[in-house]
Amino acid sequence: MKQENNKAHKFGMVIDLDKCTGCGSCMVSCMSENNVPFKEDESNKKDSITWMRVYKITNGKSFPDTEIVYLPRPCQHCGGKGDHGHSPCVSVCPATATDYGYDTGIVSQIYTRCFGCRYCMGACPYHARYFNWWDPKWPEGMENYLSPNVSPRMRGVVEKCSFCYHRYQAARDKAYVDGRDDIEEQEYQTACTTACPAGAIVFGDLNNPAHAVHQIVKPDPHPDPRNKHIVGKSRNPNVFRLLERLGTNPKVYYLSEREWVRKAGDNYLEGEWDEIKNHHGSSSHD
Amino acid sequence: MKVDRRSFLGLGLGAVAGIAVSPVGIKLTDDSSIWTQNWPWTPVPVDGEVSYESSVCSLCPGSCGISVRKIGDRPVKIEGLAGHPINDGGACLHGIAGLQYLYDPSRVKTPLKKNGNTFEAISWEDAISLVAAKLADIRNSNAPERLAGIMDKDLGSVSALFKRFFNTFGSPNIYTLPTLESNLQATAATVHGKGQTIAFDLENADFVLSFGAGLIEGWGSPVNGFKANASRKERHAKLYQIEPRLSNTAANADKWIPVKPGTEADLALAMCAVILKKKLFDSKAVANFKGGVNKLNALLQKTYAPSKMAETTGVKSSDIDTIATLFAKAKMPVAVFGKGRGDGAQSLKELVAVHTLNCLVGNINKKGGAFVQPETAYLEFPAESMDSIATDGLTKAKAGRYAHQVFEKINAASQPVVEALFVYNANPCYTLHGADNIKKALGKIPFVVSFSSFLDETAKQADIILPIHTFVERLEDVPSCAGLAKSVVGLTKPVSPPIFDTKNPGDAIILIAKALEGDIAQSFEWDSYDDCLESVTPGIWDDLSEEGVAVISEGIPTGSVAVNVSFLADNPATVQAQGDDSLTLIPIDNMRLPSAGTAASPFAVKTVSDTILKGTDSVVEINPLTARGLEDRGYATLTTPMGTARVRVNLNEGMMPGVIGMVEGLGHDFDNKYVSNKGTNINDLIGPVIESGSGLDAAFGIKAKISKA
Repeated sequence: MKQENNKAHKFGMVIDLDKCTGCGSCMVSCMSENNVPFKEDESNKKDSITWMRVYKITNGKSFPDTEIVYLPRPCQHCGGKGDHGHSPCVSVCPATATDYGYDTGIVSQIYTRCFGCRYCMGACPYHARYFNWWDPKWPEGMENYLSPNVSPRMRGVVEKCSFCYHRYQAARDKAYVDGRDDIEEQEYQTACTTACPAGAIVFGDLNNPAHAVHQIVKPDPHPDPRNKHIVGKSRNPNVFRLLERLGTNPKVYYLSEREWVRKAGDNYLEGEWDEIKNHHGSSSHD
Repeated sequence: MKVDRRSFLGLGLGAVAGIAVSPVGIKLTDDSSIWTQNWPWTPVPVDGEVSYESSVCSLCPGSCGISVRKIGDRPVKIEGLAGHPINDGGACLHGIAGLQYLYDPSRVKTPLKKNGNTFEAISWEDAISLVAAKLADIRNSNAPERLAGIMDKDLGSVSALFKRFFNTFGSPNIYTLPTLESNLQATAATVHGKGQTIAFDLENADFVLSFGAGLIEGWGSPVNGFKANASRKERHAKLYQIEPRLSNTAANADKWIPVKPGTEADLALAMCAVILKKKLFDSKAVANFKGGVNKLNALLQKTYAPSKMAETTGVKSSDIDTIATLFAKAKMPVAVFGKGRGDGAQSLKELVAVHTLNCLVGNINKKGGAFVQPETAYLEFPAESMDSIATDGLTKAKAGRYAHQVFEKINAASQPVVEALFVYNANPCYTLHGADNIKKALGKIPFVVSFSSFLDETAKQADIILPIHTFVERLEDVPSCAGLAKSVVGLTKPVSPPIFDTKNPGDAIILIAKALEGDIAQSFEWDSYDDCLESVTPGIWDDLSEEGVAVISEGIPTGSVAVNVSFLADNPATVQAQGDDSLTLIPIDNMRLPSAGTAASPFAVKTVSDTILKGTDSVVEINPLTARGLEDRGYATLTTPMGTARVRVNLNEGMMPGVIGMVEGLGHDFDNKYVSNKGTNINDLIGPVIESGSGLDAAFGIKAKISKA
């Protein structure tokens, strides 16, 4: 077999917030795919482990002009400044328990290396990381539904969304057995993507122009002229990233036709938004 | 030995050097990291060969196709089945979490018999003979009608077996709890004639006018609803949502029209008045209306003119006019009814009033409109063998039209009305309004048999519990229903061997019938439910067993449909909420919590927002204008004529002033700490209000007051 598998992938996601209904399928599909435990009281959301969490956002207006939108938030798999792989969490981990995959763009989490310092949680601007304050406990017999593809975690380690990396491994194994160099778009899809009944989540390789995610996002090949740390800004006027101006370069993009929703993706000083809202990558400066 | 400064320092330095070069420190560090990473109590999932089996989920009326991933014999994940005619790959959170029901250690593991206040395990043989002996007594006393039954639905072969059992036993007293499907059938019966049901072509409609239908909150077939909504966005079709609260559906709609709770029927009739007055109706369709169109028109113009209904409904008369006009002028409009999931209490007046909008614009059996079609029929049972007790028994009057009337009668009577009760797949002690009265009635029935997988509120009241398979362990035909434009039957397959000593409910009823001998046993001659299913589905069994699904009908139904407007022309009264307080408490259907008898799974409860459930408290939604003196997240006492609850408050601008919203599906009280004893069951706070004429419980809410606790 020829070894041409050198082209780096950049797996990413775009979530259509106008289609998202806040139903919670992605959250449960993620929990059941990744052996996420549950405990008696999960209403304290600060210690409730949800790799995928659906936030409810409102436009802040009073009755009857109120609007709601739901925003699913997996790990953003940041590329860090300039997209060089220095994600906020990776840069602070003293144990190399979390690392950047240059071939996939996926930020990993290796539970057995983690010793629970939680620097990464402090560094993550998206609250995407969760600490196991307790050992997971499954009621008697329920451990029978645990999947062998993902290790159950233990007390004292941090965990987070892996873009269902085990599904990537399985797809790659299959491609290898079939004698193919690379995997197809549909062979590797995350559990939240396949579960979404509204089809609001699209997942694929941002580097591959044939993939739906690339076609929706239309990532800018040039760094943002306003801030050279920002790479891959969407040229689709309805697409945005969370706290994009931090230069963390998340690989999770959001799509909405509503301006207030796009504005909710970051914090803006007065007047700043009007200046920025029509800026869609380097070409908009031409 | 003298310790001087020199030797002290020498010893000290020597010790430091010794420790530094000694492997002990490194060894201890290494050991401690090994020890702290030794987690023998963390399970290591067993590996094995991966396989996928397709089946159908029957947790709700959605009837979605599912794909179950197995490792060896062990199901580990449920996902939506790609290519299935209903859900094509998508799945809802309850279906995905279905394995938490399968492996739940709080399931009923063996047949149970009540002994004082506790249950003792008995064998299946003993359980069946106890039930058969009691039933034989009832028959011997020549009062077979004193056996009553409650099921969740009247669809599919298991329900048909229960009905067959009641027929051959001689009791007319078998009931189903209200569902969206039963509401659709009642509406169709009133407007179009008996034996039909209504479906909505949401995948093609270009203007959906929804009267509170939670199209993306579990209404109808939930996943299908999500898909239709997503496709609506792509087709740029409009959705106008009418309800007092900014629900997810309202938030996702093109326009939200807040309406005072309980006045939806009035609003729909005001819109009918506009369409008739402005002559925007389909004249060809209306020409064929029976039952007094002119009388109806006169009534509407006189009593339900938009100017008169603006105050009542809280919607401006100009808005009523505009929306009715938009609706009538749309190419493919459809008006959808069934508030929330569609299974809650609502009046026939409301259902019929909304459906009359469809009739007026002539969208019946047209693309993107409302489909009126015969109820799905594919089961072919052999003739029943009836003895004289059965024939006599069936001529006796039913104890009530609906289940709640039977319970009321039991509570009111001094003589026993019902000697024995079968409850299958239903939890009336939780889902019916005034749940305490239902429990009281069950307490008065001498012998209650529950066919249940869980020790739920109703099963706890039973004398015998016959534990049944979950949907992952059983074979069963699952017909689609609930407003779905196409009619398909799916096959639920046993993808897991039974985890506990449970049976298919069909087998349980066959065993009871056989134990009763005589004509009843003769009517149940199958060796097992599996044999029965194959023999009663001759037309579709090949498709079912090979494809897992059989399409009965799809596309637009043909043939003309009669429309009779006499029900509305007689001006039925609008049901008023019980009580005199100024606020109205209404139930909220939330996708993440099932409102039916089954409690949510631990995963589903985990996803519930802390603005709905906090700790063990229900959080109620209330507009800041209404919540004078109440603090956000603070405690409050909520009082209705039916009871009082301690709740927390969520100040919410998406709530109409004057209305309090409380989620359905919390407040279960059985032994499962992950899902039970959390929050308040809203059905304890609302009492039934029966609509005269239809007999439906139409309590859309109840008057309430709230004060700081």
